[in-house]
Amino acid sequence: MKILVTCKRVPDTDQKIHVKEDGGGIDDSNLAYVLNPFDAIAVEEALRIREEYQTNDEIQIVAVGVGVADYESELRTALAMGADRAILVESTAIMDPWTVANTIAAVVARESPDLVLMGKQAVDDDANQTGQFLAALLQWPQATFASNIRFGGLGLQVARETDQGIEEIEVPLPAVVTADLRLNEPRYASLPSILKARKKEIEIIAHADLQVDADPKLEVLSMKSEISQRSCVMLDNVNSLIEIIRP
Amino acid sequence: MKTLVITESDESDIRLGSLSAIAFAQSLPEAQLDTLCVADVFGENPTADSHAAVIAAAVNQKSYELVVAAATTYAKDVVARAAGLCGGSMASDVISHRFDGDQLLLDRPMFAGAVTATVTLSSIPRFITVRASAYNPVERSIVDNLNSLDTESLDVDYSDVPCAHWKSLASRASHRPDVTEAKIVVSGGRAFKSTEDFERLVGGLADGLGGAAGSSRALVDAGITPNDLQVGQTGKIVAPDIYIALGISGAVQHLAGMKNSKTIIAVNTDPDAPIFSVADFGLVGDVYEVVPQLIAELNG
Ligand SMILES: Cc1cc2nc3c(=O)[nH]c(=O)nc-3n(C[C@H](O)[C@H](O)[C@H](O)COP(=O)(O)OP(=O)(O)OC[C@H]3O[C@@H](n4cnc5c(N)ncnc54)[C@H](O)[C@@H]3O)c2cc1C
Ligand SMILES: Nc1ncnc2c1ncn2[C@@H]1O[C@H](COP(=O)(O)O)[C@@H](O)[C@H]1O
Repeated sequence: MKILVTCKRVPDTDQKIHVKEDGGGIDDSNLAYVLNPFDAIAVEEALRIREEYQTNDEIQIVAVGVGVADYESELRTALAMGADRAILVESTAIMDPWTVANTIAAVVARESPDLVLMGKQAVDDDANQTGQFLAALLQWPQATFASNIRFGGLGLQVARETDQGIEEIEVPLPAVVTADLRLNEPRYASLPSILKARKKEIEIIAHADLQVDADPKLEVLSMKSEISQRSCVMLDNVNSLIEIIRP
Repeated sequence: MKTLVITESDESDIRLGSLSAIAFAQSLPEAQLDTLCVADVFGENPTADSHAAVIAAAVNQKSYELVVAAATTYAKDVVARAAGLCGGSMASDVISHRFDGDQLLLDRPMFAGAVTATVTLSSIPRFITVRASAYNPVERSIVDNLNSLDTESLDVDYSDVPCAHWKSLASRASHRPDVTEAKIVVSGGRAFKSTEDFERLVGGLADGLGGAAGSSRALVDAGITPNDLQVGQTGKIVAPDIYIALGISGAVQHLAGMKNSKTIIAVNTDPDAPIFSVADFGLVGDVYEVVPQLIAELNG
């Protein structure tokens, strides 16, 4: 069995994000990057599946990133956590969820995984689309916003977080599953495994070699920073608060 | 523009968010709307795989140029898949729009709302989900005058496509309104130590004001509140008339879900808590002391 886990490189969520003067994009001069938090959860889930279900049939975990050469660092994070292999589809082109999904579909065609685990959203573009696009392209069933995954029945039993509550669905494999925050808490890689991961080879595929002909559909024209315009009136007692909220 | 609006309903009626999606669609020039209500059409197996196939068939066979829905977990799941089946031209969580000549410009938040990006979609059909909180809902009566799509006439066959099977929904039926649909939302954060305390204080104040109870992710993670109460980047987006943040620090991911509320009130023991920088009114105090007084006043 093979599990493909997608890994996106995103700015660390603890930083303030500033837009460049000309509105042409974010100022990335001093940004630290991390593995997208939801993708770290997806990696962790693949590891737990391997730990729990591996029998004689080996479970192989392959981390995949689509982007610039710097993605190596986030792929090494996945390797240090315990992924077996990593693939970087290298490109400096501007991509949207559509081009990324088409690119990952091409990797799926090469790797033939039984399961693709992804994050439900990348915390930079907050698009929440790539997993659904990939499932549509592959014509595979999808289970988005997973908060629990077990093997059973026809394939996977997945609990999904919806606006109305927790939904249970049964998903035949192969399938695309996207991770929600409460699926698990990702482990920290130990120092020895970080060192070991440094030595592992990352397979690099030039994006052009995959011959994906999907142009971006979403074009970002400009960006602006959102700054709160409010000024807070500090109240000195509960009674003044009551005056404000009393219906 | 030939437009299909995907609507959702609860036990009683069309959801407020869908009325906002209609408002967005109607505001476009030469709008020609049909609606497709999820509950009416998709019977036994309400999973994304089959629903998206129906929506994609409708788009292809009836030549819709635009598909619109409120950005709910349903639409994020299903409409995105349908967009994937129809060429991947999709913008999610749109908060405002305008035209530059013929070009439809869409504003959508990125980076947990720290940035607003103006985007365009290059190909038709376009799929757009809108933030319900950003568009004033149309009157309920307007819905009856809209044409609802006749799906009988569609040729849909997804029998070859392996689909997920729906098994159950554990909805936490609550007597309180949903956070996205209430005029007043009272939210609690890590300050609350237990489900009982949350229910008594946050729930109690929400009831006193006739509002909804929400929470930060910290409490959901701690198992104190259910996930469908979570407000924020990865939870629900709200913009009520009054948002009361009790013992919430104001992390960007939380602010992403509530900073467009009309009036924001924060109570926190820490005078430097970031929540005060987005609030209109602040009170430095212990929620365990302040909230019981508020409830007593309201009930008294
Ligand atoms: C990818 C990602 C997505 C996230 N998505 C979300 C999201 O959607 N929604 C969300 O909320 N968070 C989200 N978070 C988490 C977010 O970063 C914060 O950790 C979280 O919002 C903190 O919750 P809190 O304010 O309740 O807790 P804390 O940050 O611990 O703050 C508690 C506050 O309560 C105050 N306090 C303590 N005791 C009292 C008392 N007795 N009376 C009054 N005040 C008191 C403290 O001074 C403090 O300000 C996300 C994080 C990540 C990384
Ligand atoms: N460039 C990328 N490389 C690898 N995975 C990606 C990339 N972009 C998006 N993904 C995956 O798709 C998920 C959803 O992203 P998005 O649709 O952009 O919110 C992310 O959590 C990743 O798992």
